[in-house]
Amino acid sequence: MLSRFFRDFQGDVIAIPGRLIALVFFVLLFLIPAFTQQPYILRTLIFANMFVIFAVSWDFISGYTGQINFGHALFFGVAAYTSAMLNRGAPLGPHWPIWASIPVGALAATAAGVLMCLPALRLRGPYLALVTLAFPLILLGVIFANTQFTGGELGISGLDRISDSKMADYYISVLIMIVSVFIMWKLTDAKSGLVRTGIILHAIREDEIAARASGINTIRYKLFAFIVGGFFAGIAGGLYAHFMRIAGPSTLELTLSFQAIIWTVFGGIVSIYGPVVGVYILYPLMEFLRVVPEYRMLIFAGIVVVILLFMPEGIAVWIRDKMERECPRCKLTNVWWRRTCRACSASLY
Amino acid sequence: MIEGIVVNTLVKGGVYALLALGFSLIFGVARVLQLSHTAFYMLAAYGIFYFAEQLGLAPVWSITASIIITTGIGLLTYKLFIDRVREHHATVMLITLALAIVFQEIMLIVFTGQYRSAPAFVTGYWSILGVKVSYQNLLILGGVLIVLGIIWVLLSKTRLGIAIRATAQDTEIANLMGINVSTILLAVMGIATALAAVAGVLVAPTLVLEPHMLWSPFVMVMAIITLGGLGSVKGSVVGAFILAFVEVLVVYLLPTGAFLKLAVALLVMVVVLIFRPEGLFGVVFEEERL
Repeated sequence: MLSRFFRDFQGDVIAIPGRLIALVFFVLLFLIPAFTQQPYILRTLIFANMFVIFAVSWDFISGYTGQINFGHALFFGVAAYTSAMLNRGAPLGPHWPIWASIPVGALAATAAGVLMCLPALRLRGPYLALVTLAFPLILLGVIFANTQFTGGELGISGLDRISDSKMADYYISVLIMIVSVFIMWKLTDAKSGLVRTGIILHAIREDEIAARASGINTIRYKLFAFIVGGFFAGIAGGLYAHFMRIAGPSTLELTLSFQAIIWTVFGGIVSIYGPVVGVYILYPLMEFLRVVPEYRMLIFAGIVVVILLFMPEGIAVWIRDKMERECPRCKLTNVWWRRTCRACSASLY
Repeated sequence: MIEGIVVNTLVKGGVYALLALGFSLIFGVARVLQLSHTAFYMLAAYGIFYFAEQLGLAPVWSITASIIITTGIGLLTYKLFIDRVREHHATVMLITLALAIVFQEIMLIVFTGQYRSAPAFVTGYWSILGVKVSYQNLLILGGVLIVLGIIWVLLSKTRLGIAIRATAQDTEIANLMGINVSTILLAVMGIATALAAVAGVLVAPTLVLEPHMLWSPFVMVMAIITLGGLGSVKGSVVGAFILAFVEVLVVYLLPTGAFLKLAVALLVMVVVLIFRPEGLFGVVFEEERL
């Protein structure tokens, strides 16, 4: 049993450079507090972890259904406002503790995902993309018009902390991030023997009509993508509200929706690890650029443009394609220096 | 109040129509969302500020210079950035979005974030039936009508227009028929940028200029072309006037109108799309239908 597990681990993780790097990276994330405990660095990483969940959930919805979602902030904002209202409690019912308010906020975001999906069942391609743009902005208008419930510009403040120390916050965010990313990665893994959704979502993305002809209810799977993506984006939103201890209109703004797109496309769309790489490069970079405040956005946008000109499929996908080679016969992934496949010894050239 | 609504709708709708038309042309022909479109509108408006206010040129010269320079920047942008990654749709979207931010930041560094205003091209007003309409607004309306007319003639009567429409219908077949698709795309990018520049130039004297001004028509333009039907010229013009009317009406009738105008306009778009998924004048292509 144990030796079989070890063998699987060796074949499925150690032998594939991309997964090995991911493993090393996740282990490093746990070790970081051993090297530095500066609150500023921990804070940056906590935000990066939340935005990883957010960006990966964008990739889950948009990359895999091929519907560019311009309004991803809707899930984030709905969850942030819901958990904030539940947690604050005072004028409208009891005070909800944090372990209840975040999941309920995420469920509210899931409901928003279903609502957003209703037009998606009739619309296709760019039409859907442009309609999704509308939802968070409509909600934003409602929030500004009803200041007595939502606090308007100021938002809802005075929420509970996630925990009492920065260290605990950090570990909670790392754990939730790893679990969420792993679940979403597994759900979209086309080679998984465990769940079928991965291969079906890939089929829908490649050719929706062919997928329908093969008997796949594509509408059901699109709904599934919106529900799962909405739920995880909601988790990120709830965490964000409790970490900032405020849920304001910035959680619904266009900028946040576009951030998700920038991180994901920069890292590599339709890959799940792409947005992880994107956030961990771009978010700390953005923090670092605070040393030159006037040129911060300019440098940021310039880097995005230049990288994408030379790696149009995203930086993570570009690196992966350099490092891994798929066996033409048995479709197993091999390291770039091998000349023959590690399983069937077919030539890789 | 009614006359205010009418005048504002016509002026706003005209400007939106110019912006949406260019965006829609690029989408119809190249099938990419060119998100830096309203950045050119901002650049042209700043051009007017620079030439007319800071250099003191006559209105005619500052308008010409501003439109030509902006169009040049647009063509350069297309050649240097968009053309190379045209096959990757998500990448085009992101690069153009990043370029919009680049233009905004450059303007912020050059002209600082201070609120600026450009001098009016003409002053005074004209009263028809007791309604005062400023000459500036009449100029905007006249300019919009002339430009729309030129575009209509260009697209329907000239060889270039026919080639553009053929490319929009089917790029590969157009290529096989001997149309140089990349030249057509460049021409479309030039026309679209020029349209955005004209819009920016015309409204520059009536607006407060600041580098973030490109985002307020941004969402509206997207909503208009979706409502009118992607790639449809008629749709973008009609959609522009409908949404401009909704926006102006909400501002005039509701107490919290300024917050809700965008929300109501977007709501109208969503409701129309639920009943007509391809927009008002959109064409459903056989291969794209599900």
